[in-house]
Amino acid sequence: MFPLAAVLLNGLLGYRYSHEVAHRLAWGSVGLSFLCSIAVFIHTIQTGQAREVVAYKWIFGGDLTINLAFLIDPLSCIMLLVVTGVGFLIHLYSVGYMHGEEGFTRFFTYMNLFMVSMLLLVMGNNYVVLFIGWEGVGLCSYLLIGYYFDRVSAAKAATKAFVVNRIGDAGFLIAIFLVFVNFKTLDYTQVFAHASQLSTEMATAIALCLLIGAVGKSAQIPLYTWLPDAMEGPTPVSALIHAATMVTAGVYMIVRNHAIYDMAPMAMTTVAWVGGITALFAATIGLVQTDIKRVLAYSTVSQLGYMFLACGIGAYTAAIFHLMTHAFFKALLFLSAGSVIHALSGEQDIRKMGGLKNKIPWTHALFLIGTLAIAGIFPLSGFWSKDEILAHAFIHHQYVLYGMGAVGAFLTAFYMFRLTYLTFYGHSRMDHHTAAHVHESPTIMIGPLVALGVLAVVGGFPGVPPEAGWFHSFLHPVTAGGASGEEHVGISVILMLMGVATAIALLGWGLAHYLYAVRAEAAPELASRFPAIYRTLLHKYYVDEFFDLAIVEPLKQLGRVWDWFDRTVIDGVVRAVGQGAESGAAGSTWIEKHVIYAGLNVIGYGNHLAARSWRRLQSGMVHHYAGMIVAGLFILVHLILLWWTGALPMGLALR
Amino acid sequence: MAVPLSAYVIVSAVLFVTGLIGVLIRRNFIIVLMSVEIMLNAANINLVAFSHYLESMAGQIIALFVIAIAAGEAAVGLAIIIVVFRGKISTNVDEMNLLKW
Repeated sequence: MFPLAAVLLNGLLGYRYSHEVAHRLAWGSVGLSFLCSIAVFIHTIQTGQAREVVAYKWIFGGDLTINLAFLIDPLSCIMLLVVTGVGFLIHLYSVGYMHGEEGFTRFFTYMNLFMVSMLLLVMGNNYVVLFIGWEGVGLCSYLLIGYYFDRVSAAKAATKAFVVNRIGDAGFLIAIFLVFVNFKTLDYTQVFAHASQLSTEMATAIALCLLIGAVGKSAQIPLYTWLPDAMEGPTPVSALIHAATMVTAGVYMIVRNHAIYDMAPMAMTTVAWVGGITALFAATIGLVQTDIKRVLAYSTVSQLGYMFLACGIGAYTAAIFHLMTHAFFKALLFLSAGSVIHALSGEQDIRKMGGLKNKIPWTHALFLIGTLAIAGIFPLSGFWSKDEILAHAFIHHQYVLYGMGAVGAFLTAFYMFRLTYLTFYGHSRMDHHTAAHVHESPTIMIGPLVALGVLAVVGGFPGVPPEAGWFHSFLHPVTAGGASGEEHVGISVILMLMGVATAIALLGWGLAHYLYAVRAEAAPELASRFPAIYRTLLHKYYVDEFFDLAIVEPLKQLGRVWDWFDRTVIDGVVRAVGQGAESGAAGSTWIEKHVIYAGLNVIGYGNHLAARSWRRLQSGMVHHYAGMIVAGLFILVHLILLWWTGALPMGLALR
Repeated sequence: MAVPLSAYVIVSAVLFVTGLIGVLIRRNFIIVLMSVEIMLNAANINLVAFSHYLESMAGQIIALFVIAIAAGEAAVGLAIIIVVFRGKISTNVDEMNLLKW
């Protein structure tokens, strides 16, 4: 049963990208792989064990054996379900959203290629397959961000995403090399079985290199800058790649490698702090952004920070749990935002929205669900997962991280409700032309939204009750053995933490309500009272500018220096050599013409004269030649006999 | 009854001379080719005879090579004849002097 499913799955993958297909084939194939994933998932629940399937031996020689093989365990099951499920819904949505766009087929081809890479990434059983998927999703991300390649900003954003990801990939590659040097294999199972033999230093080195890769892919500090720019792509892309699936690859990778991380406490701490700082940092930027998609992008960065934080304190299950719920509600938010943008004929600036509540009621309701979920309002999915992460931070006595997470949660609630209020409530700030065209999106877009909305509501229940939910027991075989052992926590503490989390979320909501609904003039007032802070946030802490100044510009300068060097010094030498060769050539040409040719002519003419006298011999008649051969043979035989015997045959003496 | 070596040599010599004369005096290209084959076979008889006489296999092996080369030569020769025949409607050797300078 299972190998069949895997073969079917792979067959589908190969089938998909080899055809230039219309959208039916695209979403149909994703839907089919979703069904296969469900089958695999059920099978895994029943047997409860990990399965490895070797498709074929790919590279082998010396110590190195790399199989194109797949590992299906609870972790990859969850990822498969999330990726194919959300992917399927987003594909459906795209049919409506991309309708009439240019390059419709191209779009779906890229999307499918992305699905293939992502499935490779989560299903691979060794680092190389993981890396192939990793690069594949990076490539698709590049292609899809630059989907509107005739727009300069899109092309630049695509390049930026690609280049920034390269930095992370370099770290990831080094980590893979280190793993191979230490274990002589790249298979997960063997590596993790022997992980405990690593020295702490080596484990730390590998873990940190992996972290660099994860930071690049999952848009954490300091490599997060590409993600907000990635919003240049079409909205379904932002939802699929830059919210639900690809950016979570880093989290997946860390959870997958938790055996190594468990050996390296220092690396764990680094992961936690990177996550915590990112969660807080990105949330503050999200407070003041005015582009609906950019707010969501910073919110994604922030939520990914939570996942990293969870990984860093050893709460791997919580990280994956949050990954899953985040995929649901963030895809929902992005797609609803897409629906809003669709309704407003491409307007993305929330300052030019407002009062949309009654005009697009479905979108409004679904967006509101997403907002409630991400803000962590009981009992939606975001509440359970985020609360679990915070609870872990609290239980493990990481109070500073807990504080950062809590403040981040407050800010999240605030900016998400700010977004909601500015978009859907208050009076309309649209210009008349746009306002006249506001319309609800077609069913093919609303349908997936409703499905995602349901998931965002109920997605948290597998993780209930905290620490003992079904989700945890399912993932337990994969994530067990965390550095921090399970600590028994009283129900009262958990309830207290939940209460605090809810209070925080409600507080954020309340503040947003006050600032943007009750006293609409309060927010600008606040902004003008603290202009420095506001401007800093609006410019995203000037990080982009800093990178430009500190890295990009010096590199450009270096490039210019080398350009100058190339032009003046190297080209000078080359030109000098060229000149020398030219004059040398001229000299030898003269010699050749006047000396060598003369000699050759003399010889040639002599030959000509000699040939004329012998020409008659070549009659062209075969008979003549044959006769000459016979005569020659005759003479030759006689000469040889003379040589050997000193006498000619037939008794004739020569002398 | 053992056939003496001289008998082989004599047959071989007769065949060889027959072939040689055929090559030199006949005008038809095909017959010239056949004469060449006769000469090659004369040489083969010699080779096999001496191989038997000296009790060495080398001669017979070389004879096999000669047969193989003769087949190749015949093929090339006939191909040339066909090409020439198409152009000149004749297979007479003395009407061709294409090998002339």
